[in-house]
Amino acid sequence: MATESNLAHDDTPDTGKRDFLYIATAAVGAVGVAGVAWPIINQMNPDASVLALASVEYDMSKIETGSAVTIKWRGTPVFVRNRTQKEIDEARAVPMDQLKDPERDQDRVKPGHDNWLVMIALCTHLGCIPVGESGDYGGWLCPCHGSQYDTSGRIRKGPAPKNLVVPPYKFLTDTKIQIG
Amino acid sequence: MSSHESTYVPSHPVAKWIEDRLPVMGFAKSTLIDYPTPKNLNYWWTFGGILAFMLGVQIVTGIVLAMHYTPNAALAFDSVEAIKRDVNGGRLIQAVHSTGASMFFFAVYIHIFRGLYFGSYKAPREILWILGVIIYLLMMATAFMGYVLPWGQMSFWAAAVITNIFAAIPVIGDPILQLLRGGFAVDNPTLNRFFSLHYLLPFIIAAVVVLHIWALHVPGNNNPIGVEVKDKRDTVPFHPFYTMKDLFAIVVFCIPFAWFAFFAPDIFGHADNYIMANPLVTPPHIVPEWYFLPFYAILRAIDFNFIIDSKLLGVIFFGGSILILFFVPWLDTSKVRSGTFRPAFKWFYWLFVVNFLLLMWYGAQEPALQVIGPFTVADVSKLSVVYYFAYFIVILPLLGRFEKPRPLPNSISESVLSKPAPATT
Repeated sequence: MATESNLAHDDTPDTGKRDFLYIATAAVGAVGVAGVAWPIINQMNPDASVLALASVEYDMSKIETGSAVTIKWRGTPVFVRNRTQKEIDEARAVPMDQLKDPERDQDRVKPGHDNWLVMIALCTHLGCIPVGESGDYGGWLCPCHGSQYDTSGRIRKGPAPKNLVVPPYKFLTDTKIQIG
Repeated sequence: MSSHESTYVPSHPVAKWIEDRLPVMGFAKSTLIDYPTPKNLNYWWTFGGILAFMLGVQIVTGIVLAMHYTPNAALAFDSVEAIKRDVNGGRLIQAVHSTGASMFFFAVYIHIFRGLYFGSYKAPREILWILGVIIYLLMMATAFMGYVLPWGQMSFWAAAVITNIFAAIPVIGDPILQLLRGGFAVDNPTLNRFFSLHYLLPFIIAAVVVLHIWALHVPGNNNPIGVEVKDKRDTVPFHPFYTMKDLFAIVVFCIPFAWFAFFAPDIFGHADNYIMANPLVTPPHIVPEWYFLPFYAILRAIDFNFIIDSKLLGVIFFGGSILILFFVPWLDTSKVRSGTFRPAFKWFYWLFVVNFLLLMWYGAQEPALQVIGPFTVADVSKLSVVYYFAYFIVILPLLGRFEKPRPLPNSISESVLSKPAPATT
C-alpha cells in the first residue's frame, strides 16, 4: 500500500540503496553458483576407492643385494633397491655442493637399514619411470628427457628439479616394509 | 550479419509463413550464398572450408566409434582392437578418425600460417584471429585426450607426461594434478574423464567456429593483397564461386587423406601403442604426435635453471609459445597487411616457417643426438626457441617501423586486371 512518504520517494530513487541491493543480490547469487560448482569440480578428485588403497606391505626377503624390484603403491610404481656397499659408499662420498637438490644419503634411508632404498619410481620432471643401473652416476636414467640420478636417487643431471621422492614407509620386521 | 542484407524472397506461401516467424532461410542465403567475397582469394583460402569439413568428419566418425568403444582401463585397449577387427567397416572408420586428426592439424597449420603471411590478424580482424587461436587450443586438448583413449603405452605415458606439466605450477600444482587425474597416478578415472571431455570438446569447437565465422562475416574476408573491398566490383558471391572452389580443394585434400586411411593408417602412430598401457614400464623413446613436436621441442629445450627452476621455466615457454599468438595483432606494427608487399618481412616469415619445421624435427630426435659438430639437438633447439620468440617479440614490432613496403594496388579489381591475361586458345 502506498503511503504518503514512499510516494514522495518515487520521483527520486535512492541510487546508493539500489546499488547496494544489486551488489548484495549478485553476491548471494555468486556464492550460490560457487556452492553448486564445487561438487561438480570436486567429483574429479581421487575417490574413496583410490584413497582406500593408500598403504601396502611388502616382503623384501627375496631381493638380493645389488638388485631391485618395482612394486605398486597407490597406482604408482615404487622402487625397492637392495644396494651394495659400493653404491652406499659412492652416494655418501658426494659433496653436498655438487647436488642440485642437496640431501644426505643417510636422510633418504631408515637408520640401520642403509642398504634399502625405497623411492617413488617417477622422474620428478614429467613422471616417466627411470631405468635402473644406468646413466653417468650408476643410478637411474630417465628415458623421456634424460634426467640422471645417482645411487641415492638424487638428481645429478638433466631437467628434473628434485631427487626421486622417498615415500612414507616403515619397517615392520627386518625384511618387511609398509609403504604409506 | 551486419554487412549484407538478405535478398531472400520466399515464393511459396508456406516458405513465406515460416520466414516471417523464423528467418532462417534468409539468414542461410545471405551468409552461405550471397555473402560477398573478395574475387582474388587463392587456394590458401580454401583451408577454412577444408577445416569445417574435417571437423564434420571427426565428429561423425567419433560418434560412431563411441558406439563401440569402452572407456575402462581394463577394456579400452581391447575395444579399440575389436573396432579394427570385428566392427563392420570399423577398420576404416577408426583409421579415418585417427589419420583424420593428422589431416585436421595439417590443414589448421596451413590456415594459421596463411593468416600470418597475409596479415589476416590485423584490424579489424583481431577477434576473428583470437577466436581462431582458441579453436586451435581446443583442438590440441581434444587431440591429446583422444590419443589417450586407445590406452596403449604411448597413450598412457602421453597422459602421464602432459598432466605432469601442471605439477610444475608452484604450491597448487600437486592438488591440480590429482584433480586432473582423479588419483595419485594416471588410471581408470583419468581415462573416463578424458573420454567424457573428448566427446564434449568438438561441440565446443563447433560453437566457437560459429563465432569465428560470425566475426569473419562482419569485416568480410581478408585477401592476398590485403587491400579492403572497396565496392561491388571487388567481390563475387560466395556461391557458386567459392563453394565450388572449396569443394574442389576438399576433394583434392581427400586424396592423400584417403591414401593414409586406406593404406597407411598407422603411419603417424608408434608401435608402442600396440602394447597395452602398463604403469610400471615407460617406453624407451617417448614422443608426441607430429603436430605437437615443435612445442614439445620448446618444452625440452629449456633444460637449465634461470632465476626459476628449469621445469617451471620449460612449462612457461611451452605455454607461452602458443599463448603469444593471442598478441600477434598488436605485436605486428606494420600498417600493410599482406606479406606480398613487405620485402623484409618475407625473409623473416619464411625463416620462421623453416624454424618451425626444424623445431618439429628436433622434437622427434633424442636430445643427445649430435647435429652439427659437437652440438646436440638439445643445444641447437635453443637457437630455434630464441628465433621462435624473437619473431613475435622483436621482429614483428620493429619491422613495422623500419621496413619500407612496396606500393599497394588501389583496389582488388585493379590488382586482378593488372595481371597479364592467361594465354587463350
